[in-house]
Amino acid sequence: MHRFAKPSVFLKFTDPVLPWLAGVTALLIATGLYFALFASPIDYQQGDTVRIMYIHVPAAWMGLFCYVGMAICGAMSLIWKHPLADICARATAPIGATFTALCLITGSLWGEPMWGTWWVWDARLTSMLILLFLYLGYIALVNAFDDPERGSKAGSALALIGAVNVPIVKFSVDWWNTLHQPASIVRMDGPSVDPSMQVPLALMILGFTCYYFVVLILRVRLELNERRIRALQLSGMFDQRSDQDSNNEQNYDAGHNAEAKP
Amino acid sequence: MADFNASDLTCLRGERLVFGGLSFAAKSGDAIMLRGRNGAGKSSLLRVMAGLLAPRSGALCWNGENIADDRAAHQSRLQYLGHQDAIKPVLSVRDNLRLWGQLRGVSQLDAVIDAALHALDIHHLARITGRYLSSGQKRRTALARILIGQSDLWLLDEPTVGLDRESCAELSQLIADFRATGGIVIYSTHIDLDVKNPNILDLDDFAIPMVEWLTEHADLNDDTNDSANMQHSVSPQEAVQ
Amino acid sequence: MSGFMAVLQRDLRLALRQGADSVMVVAFFIVTTTLFPFGVGPEANILARIASGVIWVSALLAAMLSLERIFQADFEDGTLELLALSPVSMEMLVLGKVLAHWLTTGLPLIIAAPLMAVMLNMDQSGFVTLMIAMLLGTPALSLIGAIGAALILGARRGGVLVSLLVLPLYIPILIFGAGAVEAAQLGMSATEHLQIMGAILLLTLAATPFATAHAVRLAIE
Repeated sequence: MHRFAKPSVFLKFTDPVLPWLAGVTALLIATGLYFALFASPIDYQQGDTVRIMYIHVPAAWMGLFCYVGMAICGAMSLIWKHPLADICARATAPIGATFTALCLITGSLWGEPMWGTWWVWDARLTSMLILLFLYLGYIALVNAFDDPERGSKAGSALALIGAVNVPIVKFSVDWWNTLHQPASIVRMDGPSVDPSMQVPLALMILGFTCYYFVVLILRVRLELNERRIRALQLSGMFDQRSDQDSNNEQNYDAGHNAEAKP
Repeated sequence: MADFNASDLTCLRGERLVFGGLSFAAKSGDAIMLRGRNGAGKSSLLRVMAGLLAPRSGALCWNGENIADDRAAHQSRLQYLGHQDAIKPVLSVRDNLRLWGQLRGVSQLDAVIDAALHALDIHHLARITGRYLSSGQKRRTALARILIGQSDLWLLDEPTVGLDRESCAELSQLIADFRATGGIVIYSTHIDLDVKNPNILDLDDFAIPMVEWLTEHADLNDDTNDSANMQHSVSPQEAVQ
Repeated sequence: MSGFMAVLQRDLRLALRQGADSVMVVAFFIVTTTLFPFGVGPEANILARIASGVIWVSALLAAMLSLERIFQADFEDGTLELLALSPVSMEMLVLGKVLAHWLTTGLPLIIAAPLMAVMLNMDQSGFVTLMIAMLLGTPALSLIGAIGAALILGARRGGVLVSLLVLPLYIPILIFGAGAVEAAQLGMSATEHLQIMGAILLLTLAATPFATAHAVRLAIE
């Protein structure tokens, strides 16, 4: 079952997949954007503002999706000590954090024309904000150690604890919100989304998800290659190589000069 | 008759290979002295033996049973002395020692602590708080700790650091007494400690060059173009040789 | 169980000898609470309205600042790895240390809280609920905080880091703790809030020692 545990297997497997996946991502997002910006109706109340939704909702989805992914990676790292699981969790965090931030920013941009204010302590927005804090905590923790492996392991544990905590936070924030603000505020996405809006929304969600996988693969490959370089550096191989290179240069110079001299 | 051995241990710290293919065997009354240059992995090996660190490969067995299967049993039979003395500056020597006796469930703890303090000739310090101890006195207090409670295995990481000549002689005597009762002592030291016919384990013998290890283990490189790169980079070096 | 008691006793004795620690936590709590009237103005109505929230936020911060004490010193002087090598299970030892932390920080905070409530002009109907809510909430703060304190062992900038890790996890306790007091002040029943806080406490009591013990093992490996 640890077939993909070997970094080289991962590299070999993702090599052919990556260009296709990147192509699909570009296609999905391009068509999604076309539908979202041009081929979908404007809302009778919100006007063109509604088009923010095509970024906002997929970003919110990705924020949650990435956190669940991190928690699953964390569990895999704890249970099977899977070396790739730590790397995947680590590579997912900045992507998830960016999407969560994107969700908050678009929510705020949407809120201004809708509610006349940049920020409301709406249950959903607040939950997303706390999710962003959880991401930032994870990223800070993972990078706070001199030994990267120790950071990854601590991060995996934190991701799991955070995942257990997310539903509790969501529940308590909902409770807090209904308590303090009677349900008069406008819900961000109404219960009924027009079918003409569903197509671009679905395209964008799919596109964002594919994008995540593309970036994930790139980041994991980067991390694996960094590790390999570190291992080679520790082995002292680089020193010998640079010696060799300078020898070559000298030889070259010698040869060159030898030719030029007579 | 106890028997402690290991085969084919490999230890990885972070991403650095410390030692590989290490084996040893000890039985009741034996002493093993660990030797090796700095960074050869003496402390790591002692931590692996204590179960603080999991070996990357290989297994340690006590009487034929893997120590990883029953950690609590292994921990109750061993005494470990690390680099640090773990002495609280605000607690008296006696109170410092008391915790370790309580954790091991020692009965008549006060008498046992008295005996340990006498053995290391620090009984007069029993009421002194940790902050007033010299570094040698701290080390002796830490050594007194390993005398508290039953044990079959001592793992001593540089026990002589900070000790004067007399204290070293006392330590040798303690080790001899412990071996006479069937204990196994495994220790690392930079100076000569007067221990009778120890088995010497030289960790430099088990240092594997990272290059070799990388080529052996396929998880950092593979039979495809990666190892071709590797070959390429190794060959000039071989050519030099 | 004897291991639990041994660690509890030792940590309490240490806290007692280094007595300043507990006093500092309470002092921090009082000073922080005192800052709010300067920030929002001394009007009694406003203070009464925000009193429960202010007390809870200050208690949260005070509890958080003292988290480092649970493991840091033991980690630095090698005690933690010897504890890990003792025959007692790490979960039990962790519980002992957390209980000691709560007795030396949470408990003094509970005693200091009514004093601050009086100064913030809080309605008297909320006092009992405040005490009960803190009795249920502060042990959970210590239990959850211990995970963060163990995770950051050996990290650079540990102190700032622990707040980033732990504060989001504290939010539910803050919401229900402050909510309970507010409900009581408005003459409503706070039972529901307190029940949820009790549930959170039981959940953290059951789950966090394992997470903390795991984090400690990661730190000493």
